Amino acid sequence: MGKELKLMKGNEAFAEAAIRAGVDGYFGYPITPQSEVMEYLTAEKPHERTGMIVLQAESEVASINMLYGGAACGKKVMTSSSSPGISLMQEGISYMAGAELPCVLLNVVRGGPGLGTIQPSQADYFQSTKGGGHGDYHTIVLAPSSVQEMYDYVELGYELAFKYRTPVMVQSDGAIGQMMEKVQTGDQKIRLTEEEIIRNCPWATTGKTPNRERNIITSLNLDSLVQEKHNIKLQKKYREIEAVEVRFEKIQCDDAEFLFVAYGTSARICLKSIQILRAKGIKVGLFRPITLYPFPKEPLYKMVKNVKGILSVEMSAGQMIEDIKLAVECKVPVYHFGRMGGIIPSPTEVADFLEHQFIKG
Amino acid sequence: MADTITKAEIINPENLVYKKTSMMTNNVLSYCPGCGHGTAHRIIMEVIDEMGLQAKTIGVAPVGCSVLAYDFMNIDMQQAAHGRAPALATAIKRLHPEKTVFTYQGDGDLAAIGTAETIHAANRGENFTIFFINNGIYGMTGGQMAPTTLEGMKSSTTPYGREWQRMGHPLKMTELIAQLPGTYYVTRQAVHTPVSVRKAKKAVRTAIELQQQNKGLTFVEIVSNCNSGWKMTPVQANQWMVDNMFPFYPLGDIKVDGELVKK
Amino acid sequence: MALKGEIVVDIEKCKGCEVCLAHCPTETIAMVDAVNGKGYHYMQDIHGKCTGCTNCAVVCPDGVITVYRVKV
Repeated sequence: MGKELKLMKGNEAFAEAAIRAGVDGYFGYPITPQSEVMEYLTAEKPHERTGMIVLQAESEVASINMLYGGAACGKKVMTSSSSPGISLMQEGISYMAGAELPCVLLNVVRGGPGLGTIQPSQADYFQSTKGGGHGDYHTIVLAPSSVQEMYDYVELGYELAFKYRTPVMVQSDGAIGQMMEKVQTGDQKIRLTEEEIIRNCPWATTGKTPNRERNIITSLNLDSLVQEKHNIKLQKKYREIEAVEVRFEKIQCDDAEFLFVAYGTSARICLKSIQILRAKGIKVGLFRPITLYPFPKEPLYKMVKNVKGILSVEMSAGQMIEDIKLAVECKVPVYHFGRMGGIIPSPTEVADFLEHQFIKG
Repeated sequence: MADTITKAEIINPENLVYKKTSMMTNNVLSYCPGCGHGTAHRIIMEVIDEMGLQAKTIGVAPVGCSVLAYDFMNIDMQQAAHGRAPALATAIKRLHPEKTVFTYQGDGDLAAIGTAETIHAANRGENFTIFFINNGIYGMTGGQMAPTTLEGMKSSTTPYGREWQRMGHPLKMTELIAQLPGTYYVTRQAVHTPVSVRKAKKAVRTAIELQQQNKGLTFVEIVSNCNSGWKMTPVQANQWMVDNMFPFYPLGDIKVDGELVKK
Repeated sequence: MALKGEIVVDIEKCKGCEVCLAHCPTETIAMVDAVNGKGYHYMQDIHGKCTGCTNCAVVCPDGVITVYRVKV
């Protein structure tokens, strides 16, 4: 299937991208506001389009462990969920990070804690970027702020996941998951053959043949020295990811005296807030992290000398602000503005906060 | 001539009648002396060997005493999170329908923390085989009560014996599984005597053969001992198993050809 | 015609569990007083009456017994 221009929901774009990226298996469990991913996949009959398997699991716990099994065989596997479901998956994500297995996960974030709300939120920043489960690990976290990026980050996600043998999280939110925008799709990729998988993933459990040793996928090392060595290896990988894979976008930053730092839906709101403030002569720009992990520390630090202050805008009580403060070493004032409980802040209230609380406050 | 044959003449490859299969590695088993896990591992691997399936088999090891099964089974294997082996195996088999896939799980793993995964994989009729080792106790963590611990049986968390009023009933997981339409072959075996080992091996072979015919989930329970957890010698433990476990967990086929066996 | 067997026990891997003993039809096997490197008594054919029936090997949890048999 060739390139197409389509009007799609963010969740649908993600699902279509999965089919076109040649994903082998999707394993999911319904939860608002991301259920359209599996609904779209089942309606599209990907088993006929590409041979992709789609299975509705009995729980998020089962889904992530299906990914754990599928990824061990070198297959491209995927799941999607929303905050409470991702919390349930964290043990499995930790296992996959420990066993160094690639996969792409979508978190369409909703308000918490607990059952919280089904409305958009960004309160899973800590959960996604700081490991989330047990042990020393990270997942690469990509934050789309448009439906097009929901589509694009599927393929980017797999590229990174297989390059580093690590789970990759696409961290969206209820607004981007549900909104409709135009999407430019890519071409249909063909799923890898068994021979290609064996060549690309010599570590995978594809069946022991006489010409190689057994492949064992495990995160267990009862010998502490071996486990420490494994941890050092993982940390080396994370340092490499931090050095090479940082992604961000700068908008109207050249002359900016103040900076918004925001991702996803918040970043879109800040674009309008910038217009409001610039109309009043306040020079504001937007620094948008695309990789929440690795956080773009260096690029942000380089901008500190030119700005008077930074406002972190997040649909949370203030989580990313910790990384911003660490990145800029508190050389300029860093404030947080956010709404919680599933409320999307208006551009005016963001602009007002910067103007009245931050600059004049 | 017959009376003069020497030991050295008998110990000769052409006279070999039994040898540990090469599908078992040469690592020393991490199990306690007399534990049935070793025998259960071996008969599964003998079947894989005899059917020539090494290059086509993917095994899933659980959390529990057999967490290190991949150190002993000479095939590609993956270690699962506690209770989740059937979820892993579901994906492995669906993504590799031509492979032989099995999970190897203890009673805590399969019948407590992994009940949901076990029942749903069975109910979906996933085409893999579950080997369920039931010794009525959590061995690895030091002998705590398992879902399968018998009424009155002592464990480190039922030091005065399991009372169903406070601790619930022992769970007959295999009978429960057999009720589900997705299962095709469900049997309960043991490995404490040469006869039972031979029967159990036959059941293992049947299960793997049926898996190859895509008949649905095949399930082989092996009632086994835990002499360390039960605080007995291996020989005593096997006798205790015969006297106490078998009356509650009777050996034999429970479901054959997709039909419950009428008793 | 009779069957004559020999067993070879991987002494260092025998854990002395004694599960095999009761299943020997000729009661030819027994634990020996000596111990292996791990301190376990190990099993041997001490009476030379082995028929190569393989019972001990089949039931051995650690798979340490290899069996040979000839017709005499």
